[in-house]
Amino acid sequence: MTQVSDTEPLGAPLRIAFDYTRSLGPSLSRFATALREHRVLGVRGSDGRVHTPPPEYDPVTAALLTDFVDVGPGGEVVTWSWQPKPLDGQPLTRPFAWALIRLDGADTPMLHAVDAPREAMRTGMRVRVRWSPEPTGGIRDIACFEPEESAGASPTPDPAEVTMITTPIELAYWHTASPEESRFLRGITEGRLLGQRCPVCGKVYIPPRGACPVDGVPTTDEVALPDRGTVTTFCVVNVPYLGQRLTPPYVAAYVLLDGADIAFQHLILECPADEVRMGMRVEAVWRPREEWGPTLENIDHFRPTGEPDAPYDVYAQHL
Amino acid sequence: MVNDVAVIGFAQSPSVPVTDGTTNGVEMLVPVFERALAQAGLPKSDVGFWCSGSSDYLAGRAFSFVAAVDAIGAFPPIHESHIEGDAAWALYEAWLKLRTGEADTALVYGFGKSSAGELRRVLALQTDPYTVAPLWPDAVSLAALQARLGLDAGLWSERDMAEVAARSRADATTNPLAQLSGKVDVEELLGTEYVADPLRVHDCAPVTDGAAAVVLAAGDRARELVGRPAWISGIAHRVESGSLGVRDLTTSVSTTASAEAAGGVDGVEVAELHAPFTHQELLLRQALGLGSSVRINPSGGVLTGNPMFAAGLVRIGEAAGRVFDGSAGRVLAHATSGPLLQHNLVCVLEGAR
Amino acid sequence: MKQPAAVLGTGQTHHRSKRLDVSMGGLCREAIDRALADAEVDWSDIDAVVLGKAPDLFEGVMMPELALADALGATGKPLLRVHTAGSVGGSTALVAASLVQAGVHRRVLAVAFEKQSESNAMWALSIGIPFSMPVHAGAGGYFAPHIRSYIRRSGAPEHVGAMVAVKDRRNGALNQYAHLRQSDITLESVQASAMLWDPVRYDETCPSSDGACAMVIGDASTAGGRNAAWIHATAMRTEPTMFAGRDHVNPQAGRDAAAALWKEAGITDPAAEVDAAEIYVPFSWFEPMWLENLGFADVGDGWKMTEAGDTAIGGRLPVNPSGGVLSSNPIGASGMLRFAEAAMQVMGRAGDHQVDGARTALGHAYGGGSQFFAMWVVRSTKP
Repeated sequence: MTQVSDTEPLGAPLRIAFDYTRSLGPSLSRFATALREHRVLGVRGSDGRVHTPPPEYDPVTAALLTDFVDVGPGGEVVTWSWQPKPLDGQPLTRPFAWALIRLDGADTPMLHAVDAPREAMRTGMRVRVRWSPEPTGGIRDIACFEPEESAGASPTPDPAEVTMITTPIELAYWHTASPEESRFLRGITEGRLLGQRCPVCGKVYIPPRGACPVDGVPTTDEVALPDRGTVTTFCVVNVPYLGQRLTPPYVAAYVLLDGADIAFQHLILECPADEVRMGMRVEAVWRPREEWGPTLENIDHFRPTGEPDAPYDVYAQHL
Repeated sequence: MVNDVAVIGFAQSPSVPVTDGTTNGVEMLVPVFERALAQAGLPKSDVGFWCSGSSDYLAGRAFSFVAAVDAIGAFPPIHESHIEGDAAWALYEAWLKLRTGEADTALVYGFGKSSAGELRRVLALQTDPYTVAPLWPDAVSLAALQARLGLDAGLWSERDMAEVAARSRADATTNPLAQLSGKVDVEELLGTEYVADPLRVHDCAPVTDGAAAVVLAAGDRARELVGRPAWISGIAHRVESGSLGVRDLTTSVSTTASAEAAGGVDGVEVAELHAPFTHQELLLRQALGLGSSVRINPSGGVLTGNPMFAAGLVRIGEAAGRVFDGSAGRVLAHATSGPLLQHNLVCVLEGAR
Repeated sequence: MKQPAAVLGTGQTHHRSKRLDVSMGGLCREAIDRALADAEVDWSDIDAVVLGKAPDLFEGVMMPELALADALGATGKPLLRVHTAGSVGGSTALVAASLVQAGVHRRVLAVAFEKQSESNAMWALSIGIPFSMPVHAGAGGYFAPHIRSYIRRSGAPEHVGAMVAVKDRRNGALNQYAHLRQSDITLESVQASAMLWDPVRYDETCPSSDGACAMVIGDASTAGGRNAAWIHATAMRTEPTMFAGRDHVNPQAGRDAAAALWKEAGITDPAAEVDAAEIYVPFSWFEPMWLENLGFADVGDGWKMTEAGDTAIGGRLPVNPSGGVLSSNPIGASGMLRFAEAAMQVMGRAGDHQVDGARTALGHAYGGGSQFFAMWVVRSTKP
């Protein structure tokens, strides 16, 4: 999936997905529980208007609202728009209308989808709730609205108290590396470690930077760096966590390559964790060449070289 | 007494559909800082306060603004803050710092790489997380609901909307950084298909990657640095309810109130309005009470380039530009945030102080 | 020029790992309603609202202040949203203070919250970004190597970290709102707890909490004649996360912020002139590290203050009488809790964790990779 060309910055997909768990509190829980019973609740605000979905706090006075009233399940379309190409997660997968719908007994409209042919959509049309055959809690227990005249039979309600809802959020992005980092990534795809020097301060950065953090200008002159260096500092990871690749204990260390002015974090293996020291000299152990890609993970880990430790003064300014 | 504050420099990146750069904006920001500071005649090391606006959800990662600081070259350490939102509100925070005298200059920046994700869907996450966001109402569909409310009420027509688009693109022909520009025929626009009935492509701001920076200075420092500072005579903002149904979506009470708090629109010659949809420009003109003599969006506005989280700041920069070049004496800039103009800011700038 | 400003009242939630009894709005309101009551004001007195929160990915809501406008009492008013990583609670208080100091508003409500149970902070912070090296160390793994550097540089004995944990958790036991309240914790029990990221043990690590904090900040006309915490100095500084030659143990940004802070407050000997300090200590070793960074101790000597008991309630400089971040950590609110506790101390409203006679107090927060700093000095007397 990774996009590789000789000159363009590297790009790759980035997907973020999590099922958020939302506790509702007393008011929203009441609304969600009623939906489970195939009832829609509104709440009366300080100005006398009935709002649905019921806001927890009054839009005028900020007071907690508790005067719940039943509204709907029928109502009138106040405004609508047409969605010809539904997006992921929207209520319907075929073209549908979004609408603000004023439910009977409510004064302000609510947002939802209307399942109707486009020709049938008009402001002021009567619609009613179509209940979801498989309630999951919350607003999605309303599958959508449908024209009142063509409304079908309702599924049987499955009442249960709803105090939590789960909201899956999944988003897809295209992530790109900076031009400078892309040069580094192309180098490491070939087993080379390419840093760059800041034209102002002269410091060698690996990976190179779109902007030197001190001078705010892109790093420029390329500097080939060896695959050995010094451990500046480290921690021993004993804690297991989700998605961990290695079995604890292992050492996560800052490694300062010879000739570089900044350390990066990597693993130290091939020696007991309790023998790793600040100042220890280490060298890269590369993965098999056929596994290489545009990532520092081409280096599987670093291991001790057996050289004498670097004196403290050598790395003291990198702590 | 508090200090008077002026805009003294402004720069923006080209508005483009996609950049090669990273989501942390560094590649766009480095040259923008350079040009904005050059216009202000201010060395970077003299900037007293830095403040930015951006969004983690645009980048798809937590703390996306942190790496942007690299573009500054922030060592020795700087006095800095960040707003999650449009950088117009970062400018508001900077304005406070300058008024208190804690700093006498500031650089405000915003950036966004909207092309990295699916913008209209990402923005659904700005709606109520319990009763609205689970439906994933995308930003274009929501705007279309608002547009129809106004159409049904006779507040504007589809032709009025197309005329806004045509005027914006014509104005953008003199803006080399605009993403869209050119002469377009209203009839032709009205013949195109709906993307979200009643909205057509020309009714919606394009998806844009971009960045911008504004330089501020207080009192005598502003006078020393530039010949004609654009003095902020008033700046205010207001938010409306997060419940869509509760709001009157055919007007913008928060914009009206902000304008009043910012000193009113009397004498305003130019207004840069942050209206990502054509009908919203018409709605905002009405809410602000701008007469036909007021020149609207001479830059082309966000309908010709909409760098998210910088676009509101760009309005202030563009408006200030009319003061810098002497073409206007009193100008208004408007910025918006949230679904359907939920949160609005009005900044009035003047040449004489 | 700066107008005088003061904290009129503070409020916070009971902090727990999961506050499943409330929504996000309900969580904020628990803190806000207490702050309004403490300040003896109602909604009509509030001119503007400032909300702070760490990454939106924690709750899965983009700019949640928009949806929460009614719950925050912000509808029809100005509402600002601050995000400066872990220091955000502190920065939020400073922005609220600026609104008053700039003469724009008379009374401003500052709110900060995090509802971490909506997702998983470890997940949100470790999303695999293409091309980047996966962090092999989890959350504490970022700071543990720098703690090792501190120990190496200062020669601090190993038990100092455990001493901080014992002190802060016992202080937390005095705080009715704290997440962890461990009155029976001992040096031995801390040292017996699991070594998570050597040199950091389980008991030396902050919890993950749901919680919120709120404050009402007012001008001289609203604060005059009442018990208030007057803001005498504020400071914010930032430096990049990683750069060649960066001092990760004693960052320049923190030193610069502290120097500016003491200067503005007219303090020349902080250890002698400050009566209580609320310092952002998510891992116990950060107490001695920040004591040095803030200028309470010479470089290399911070641990000696801790070891001598100077930082306990009743000591020369009580640090984190509230129990600190080690006892409650709703990330976005953690910084504001430090600022609020400083105010509570000088107002004499800190209950069982009150430092006797506290008249000058420090509130401190930091975030990112020890790169964003926010702090203030509050006093019981008007500047």
